[in-house]
Amino acid sequence: MAKVTIDGRTIEVADGTTILQAARMIGPDVAPPTMCYYSKLKTSGGYCRTCLVEVSKGSEKDPRPMPKLVASCRTTVMDGMEVKNNTSEKVGDARKGVVEFLLLNHPLDCPVCDQAGECHLQDLSYEHGSAKTRTDFERRTFDKIDIGPYVQLHMNRCILCYRCVKTADQVTDGRVHGVINRGDHAEISTYIEKAIDNDFSGNVIDVCPVGALTDKTFRFKSRVWFTKPVNAHRNCEKCSGKVVLWYKGEDVLRVTGRKDQWGEVEEFICNTCRFEKKQTNDWTIEGPRQVSRHSVISANHYEVFKKPRELTINTIKPLESGEGNK
Amino acid sequence: MSTSKEIKFSNEALELVAKMISRYPEGKQKSALLPVLHLAQAEFDGWLSPEVMDYVAELLSIQPIEVYEVASFYSMFNLKPVGKCLLEVCRTSSCWLRGANEIVEHIEKKLGIKEGETTPDGMFTLKTVECLGSCGTAPMMMCGAQFHENLTFQKVDSILDQLKSEGKRKTYLDDVTVNHY
Amino acid sequence: MGKKLLLANDHIPGIQSYQVYRQHGGYASVEKALKTMKPEEVLEEVKKSGLRGRGGAGFPTGMKWSFLAKPEGVPRYLVCNADESEPGTFKDRYLMSRIPHILVEGMITSSYALGAHTSYIYIRGEYYYVAQILEKAISEAYANGWLGKNIQGSGYDLDLYVQVGGGAYICGEETALLESLEGKRGNPRIKPPFPAIAGLYGCPTVVNNVETISAVVPIVNGGGDAYAAIGVGKSTGTKLISASGHINKPGVYEIEMGITVEDFIYSDEYCGGIINGKKLKAVVAGGSSVPVLPADLIITTAAGEKRLMTYESLADGGFATGTMLGSGGFIVMDEDTSIVENLHTFARFYHHESCGQCSPCREGTGWMEKIIHKILDGHGTLEDVDLLWEIQKKIEGNTICPLGDAAAWPVASAIRHFRAEFEEYVKNSSQIKKIRHYDLINH
Repeated sequence: MAKVTIDGRTIEVADGTTILQAARMIGPDVAPPTMCYYSKLKTSGGYCRTCLVEVSKGSEKDPRPMPKLVASCRTTVMDGMEVKNNTSEKVGDARKGVVEFLLLNHPLDCPVCDQAGECHLQDLSYEHGSAKTRTDFERRTFDKIDIGPYVQLHMNRCILCYRCVKTADQVTDGRVHGVINRGDHAEISTYIEKAIDNDFSGNVIDVCPVGALTDKTFRFKSRVWFTKPVNAHRNCEKCSGKVVLWYKGEDVLRVTGRKDQWGEVEEFICNTCRFEKKQTNDWTIEGPRQVSRHSVISANHYEVFKKPRELTINTIKPLESGEGNK
Repeated sequence: MSTSKEIKFSNEALELVAKMISRYPEGKQKSALLPVLHLAQAEFDGWLSPEVMDYVAELLSIQPIEVYEVASFYSMFNLKPVGKCLLEVCRTSSCWLRGANEIVEHIEKKLGIKEGETTPDGMFTLKTVECLGSCGTAPMMMCGAQFHENLTFQKVDSILDQLKSEGKRKTYLDDVTVNHY
Repeated sequence: MGKKLLLANDHIPGIQSYQVYRQHGGYASVEKALKTMKPEEVLEEVKKSGLRGRGGAGFPTGMKWSFLAKPEGVPRYLVCNADESEPGTFKDRYLMSRIPHILVEGMITSSYALGAHTSYIYIRGEYYYVAQILEKAISEAYANGWLGKNIQGSGYDLDLYVQVGGGAYICGEETALLESLEGKRGNPRIKPPFPAIAGLYGCPTVVNNVETISAVVPIVNGGGDAYAAIGVGKSTGTKLISASGHINKPGVYEIEMGITVEDFIYSDEYCGGIINGKKLKAVVAGGSSVPVLPADLIITTAAGEKRLMTYESLADGGFATGTMLGSGGFIVMDEDTSIVENLHTFARFYHHESCGQCSPCREGTGWMEKIIHKILDGHGTLEDVDLLWEIQKKIEGNTICPLGDAAAWPVASAIRHFRAEFEEYVKNSSQIKKIRHYDLINH
């Protein structure tokens, strides 16, 4: 076991736990934001640099601070380690920089983007970015591509988190898309026109943190905050069949996996459940769903949902140990 | 470019591929991807068409996307057709200090093409590249495997004339023989 | 004349061939190591020599070797980094093409010390012709019993192979190199684990630069102490310096560490002074990644001492007034050089070479290039100079691999020491010769 203190709050975790995992165990107040890490995908994380933290004390044995900020998703805790996330000015500064880099070439097309309202980049920018842009160069653009009948790739919005590539590698059988080219010309692509077509390919939509991979069957049907998420399940041969149905009135507009408070699906679902079962009588309804704090969806439907405290870098102070665990 | 001719390595090239693969532990044949792509580019008109890359994938028992990902990452692999002689002119610091920009302009004037373009006869493609490690003999350019160093306008003229009169495709593998492998 | 260890026989006709190399004492280190020394004893000599990585980072080689994990039944690998791509650096190409057997010999001796039975030389694709020279040297070494099974009757087996790259600076970063050697995109790995624990094919691996591995030959032949006797302090032995730019005698020089920078630039033994009798304006002392220094600070330190060609002396003053020895890529600029325009070639380079994995480097390198280009084009503002400074700060230290730092430092140092020149471009934009707009990236 290792004892680690993050923003003044201490927790004991198993050896081999990453700083990010430990922070998530303490709670959302101290958990660094992530854009590329996905706990269900092996070797994910490390790319976006959003979750950088300051290690002010390496360990009990070697108390020296780490010279650089580290990616909390890829750094394991040591016994006695002390970490600063929201309490570090350096982290706040670097994170602001990362947001600026991620937005540098990202189109400001939220008004026409299906991801708006459940976009992690929107949340990140809101919490850590600045209101003004400092670039006046043209953004890089790509053509929209249909990859298969169900998924559209809108490369302009991609932040190259690699989640969809890892999903294709680890969840589906046979990856046909990947990252081609390099540097700021790198793009997600099948290179030659090819459909991503296998039973689990639809999961790339759920793992995409932005609106780069969207569900064509849901395209422009509704803003997500006008839809109502309901837990449902069915007997499925291919997957667990546990999903969320997104209703508008009586209609099921889309089906997704069930996402936890970190925006990650609990289980990957198959394409049949996702794309072909859009009737209420296909499903056993479990009831309305708690909506995560990441979402503006709650604003319309759920009075019971407790709004989290607004956190800003400048005003936050270390919480008393234990607070927030309640 | 059409792929009228069948995409298959010559027996000699296949022998070379086998030798390349044998350099890596069993099951790690993907390691041979870069050398095999170089060979494929040299064998199939100086560029890698999707069909050629699919063929390479098949030879190495890997997915085609793995080949596309790699080929598009490295700057020496041409994913579009190029002229018989690809002139790669270095323009980074040391070469720039010794007049690389003027060399590029001179070539452009002489060939009547701009950087990135190919002459109408398909003989030359002009490309500017980043540091080729010939800074002490700057300015320089590379054509095929050969470094042309300490370039002057006169020297460039005679190199281009020579290449044109030879009329042959230059590849990085010009002096590779199976025996050396 | 300074003492030469690597290039001592450079002038001998035919030294490229096995026979001539052997006649001049070649492969003695292999004989000595395999017949009279245990692997640990070779490692001990390398430690004693104080040899530091010659690729740029300057990490002590003996220490790097001692980190190598040695689990039972798992192969270990030695991989030579011949992906020399740092602008201003061409020493490895020179050494490999002139005396290929010294690298082959160094690989055998070093592999023996590390317990590797398969080793690779990963060479940049643009050096294809050099790879052929190495292939020939290796086949000669096989033919003469220096490679293969039971080398010289010692019972030690080693296979040595050359692998060519495909054109990517990033593959000089050791984990990107290993990825490339595995036939993948040259994306640096996220560390830990370090290659010493999990490198090539997940096995313990040491990656060393060409010059570093070649230096093992004189170290084993003459002993670590003798090697350490050359040089100053922790900068022991000799170093190959690639000299280029506005000097009378560009080329590769083997120097004893500790000569003064002034001597190196102006003496006839080395660079022979600035061309056309011009004045020195600035020097990039260790390859494009290290901070550029103005003439006064490269000749003497801020404290007024003569600067020496050593790791420590070049770094004296930190980044405020110092730089780094780096790879030894020594680029000299005369009084007429535009620092901003030179910086643009560096910024374009890093933009072109960023692998694109992590966001600060992927987005930041291109952004910096565009801003510098805008300034050169006469459309810059004073705010752009400040913005440039801020961008490099946001990249530095926040990326997966050191390419981010390497892209940030030249920008930071150019602004630090030559801010007035940037402002000149902004204020007198009408007088600027418009520079040609080259495409930012061409694959």
